[in-house]
Amino acid sequence: MARDGEGDEREPHPMVSGKALVKRFGGIAAVAGIDVEVRRGESFGFLGPNGAGKSSTMRMIACVSPRSDGELRVLGMDPETDGPRIRARIGVVPQLDNLDVELTVRQNLQVYGRYFGLSRAHVRAKAVELMAFAELSDRADDQVEPLSGGMKRRLTIARSMVNDPELLLLDEPTTGLDPQARHLLWGRLYQLKQQGVTQIITTHDMHEAEQLCDRLVVMDGGQIVAEGSPSNLIGRFSTREVLELRFAPGKQDGQITRVADLADRHEVLPDRLLLYADDGEATLEAVHARGVRPVSTLIRRSTLEDVFLRLTGRSLVE
Amino acid sequence: MWLRVEGHWAWYRRYWRSSLYSSGIEPLLFLAAMGLGFGSQVEAGAATGGHEYLHYVAPALLVAGATMSGMGESSFPVLSGFKWQKDYIAVTATPITPGQLLGGQMLWLAIRLGLSGVIYGLVALTFGAWLRPGAVLVVGVGVVTGLACAAPVMALAAATYDEGRRFVVMFRFVMVPMMLFSATFFPIEQIPIGLRWLTWISPLWHGNEIARAAALGGSDPLAIAGHGAFLLALLVAGVLLARKLFYRRLVV
Amino acid sequence: MRTMDTTQRAPGLVLRILPFGRYTRGPGSVVERSMRVHSRTWVIMVSGFAEPVVYLVAFQIGFGALVGQVAGPGGQPVDYVAFVAPALLAASAMNGAIFETTYPVFFKLRYAKVYDAMLATPLGPVDIALGEISWAVIRGGAYSVAFVVVMMGLVGSPFALLLVPAALLVSFAFASVGMALSTFLRSPSQFDYIRLMVMPLFLFSATFYPVSVYPDSVRWLVQVSPLYHGVELMRGLAAGVLDPSMIGHIGVLAALAAVGVAATSRRIGALLLG
Repeated sequence: MARDGEGDEREPHPMVSGKALVKRFGGIAAVAGIDVEVRRGESFGFLGPNGAGKSSTMRMIACVSPRSDGELRVLGMDPETDGPRIRARIGVVPQLDNLDVELTVRQNLQVYGRYFGLSRAHVRAKAVELMAFAELSDRADDQVEPLSGGMKRRLTIARSMVNDPELLLLDEPTTGLDPQARHLLWGRLYQLKQQGVTQIITTHDMHEAEQLCDRLVVMDGGQIVAEGSPSNLIGRFSTREVLELRFAPGKQDGQITRVADLADRHEVLPDRLLLYADDGEATLEAVHARGVRPVSTLIRRSTLEDVFLRLTGRSLVE
Repeated sequence: MWLRVEGHWAWYRRYWRSSLYSSGIEPLLFLAAMGLGFGSQVEAGAATGGHEYLHYVAPALLVAGATMSGMGESSFPVLSGFKWQKDYIAVTATPITPGQLLGGQMLWLAIRLGLSGVIYGLVALTFGAWLRPGAVLVVGVGVVTGLACAAPVMALAAATYDEGRRFVVMFRFVMVPMMLFSATFFPIEQIPIGLRWLTWISPLWHGNEIARAAALGGSDPLAIAGHGAFLLALLVAGVLLARKLFYRRLVV
Repeated sequence: MRTMDTTQRAPGLVLRILPFGRYTRGPGSVVERSMRVHSRTWVIMVSGFAEPVVYLVAFQIGFGALVGQVAGPGGQPVDYVAFVAPALLAASAMNGAIFETTYPVFFKLRYAKVYDAMLATPLGPVDIALGEISWAVIRGGAYSVAFVVVMMGLVGSPFALLLVPAALLVSFAFASVGMALSTFLRSPSQFDYIRLMVMPLFLFSATFYPVSVYPDSVRWLVQVSPLYHGVELMRGLAAGVLDPSMIGHIGVLAALAAVGVAATSRRIGALLLG
């Protein structure tokens, strides 16, 4: 879109902008006042554990859940009044596949396109193109039920593309998939990004967030606790490297007091100690020099998991 | 086998209201509408063996009700045991064999049909639908006819792997015509002679004949024995077939 | 992905060429889905045509022979088959509509999440309600035509053709109420409650015998039954006895249809747009 310079003229506003956005269910605030802005062409992530308010936020953006308070604009419009117009221009990949099990792969794409009011000829051609994109062409006329989890997920993503959306909402796109299927999906999403499709992704997988997101917010308890690019967040909230020390069962108690001062920061987890330092190798030598002998050690780069641990004091994946 | 029945009983206690309705009360509604309402338009005559229409139709409605509920209970609910709820698969993971499972299912059905029959019989009594004490036997006839029709349907369910569309076709082309053309509402003599063989092979007709003999009296013992033999043969054949298919489906 | 690139510009283009309101056709696409689903089960669809024939034959050779003549519309005696056939058509329109909007709707709403998927598109709850109800009416309408054709062979009044639109109205009324009720069901075993409502309507709405059979004290109860209004409307039309009370019957059915559509839309919104 930016190619012919029209997009900028037509849409000076951000793709999504929320201010003091709140979603309450009964008395409980699932989303407790967040500010968020997603720009055209970027891949934006909501990272957080289950129950952090990611999906509620996504449903508000998808115009299928009215906000309880605050302001929300999607594609410059108000979901309250312009729901159908907004939904016509976005694509949604829900957390759980809701493919139409009474239809074939091809029919799923065609019928879904018809919901958008697209012409029969258009959806017929579009279905062929999307099946190629999802690598499902040889399953075109099969029922949906026997497909593997990865195939169903790819079909759901393909389906969300049927109206050539400007904005794609992906709610935990790869949860429950095996590593191979995950990498295939990531490849596809990267491809869409290259084509200029703005993406909003929720995930509790920090590796996925690092792979896919240009910018992300970390959510916890309905609130945003940090915002930035993955590397920026790591730079701000963690060190370059992490040294992990594992001890024999029952031997970990008290060890931290002997090595805590060797690192910028430390975390005590039930099964291991984490020492945050810019040079892991040097820190490990210092640990050994103190006569501390863990059964195993690991030096790795900091990840978003460490950021999350720092921000909330809890591990991301329970 | 009894454990299986106990499991069903636990379920029944939860859902007895809705399920009692379909198997027990529905035939009564039919009796009120057809026996009393429609019957008010019918003159007792040769067609009803000289009886009031209420007396003519009451025993047959019990048997027809048991047949419909037996077939209904053996279609989607049994398929669900294999396919959706998969409780049959869970049950046969225990020492219970598929044969015992089938036995439990049939026993449970028999209990329900008997219970519904008794309720129907008692309420029909207040309508004045019964003429002789022999009418008590109609409940038993209902149970046997219901089971005889249920067993082949269970076999069909055990051999069904899709969503069970064939049951819809079965209800439409077997159950409904059987209900209408088995001398339930009008005597077999009114059916054109060329089509009467269809009634002869209908288990419900055989059940209706025995039930009427019990409730109204005056029948040939030999004919009754013949009708009974037909039902028992169907029951045995159905159970054997269902047993074979239960094993095929559950023992892999 | 050459093709993806060329269509990438499509949304902007489509939006500029067509104003939004003209390019979504709401309920139509929901009906289209049902047609696709059922294109594979046409055998069952066709088998549905046989059912009314079976009933009519049973009434012709069986029940009709037991009864002879009864008091028809306007009081003149009519053959029993001519009396019962329009009522059977009304009852089968009701049964078909209820069947089509209960289990299938429950399945799509609670298990298959078909409506969740639809609501992620420009479609809204009203589109879903109207689309699903329309499908039930279309399907019921096809059966009604078959029924009327068979019936004209038996009864032979040209007025019988008027029964088709009347049957569509009955379908519409019961489909929309049936769908509204389905949204309240939580487990499949609760379908028995729907039977609990439908079966007495079927049996006691003056379907099989004149309403005069009932004692005066319970007659009003029969007249409350929505099916009774369908039965009376059709019986009058079939006999060619037009009566101002028909406007009342039509009004009751139309009101039921409207209430059902509104209630269905509200419920779908309340359940899925939380």
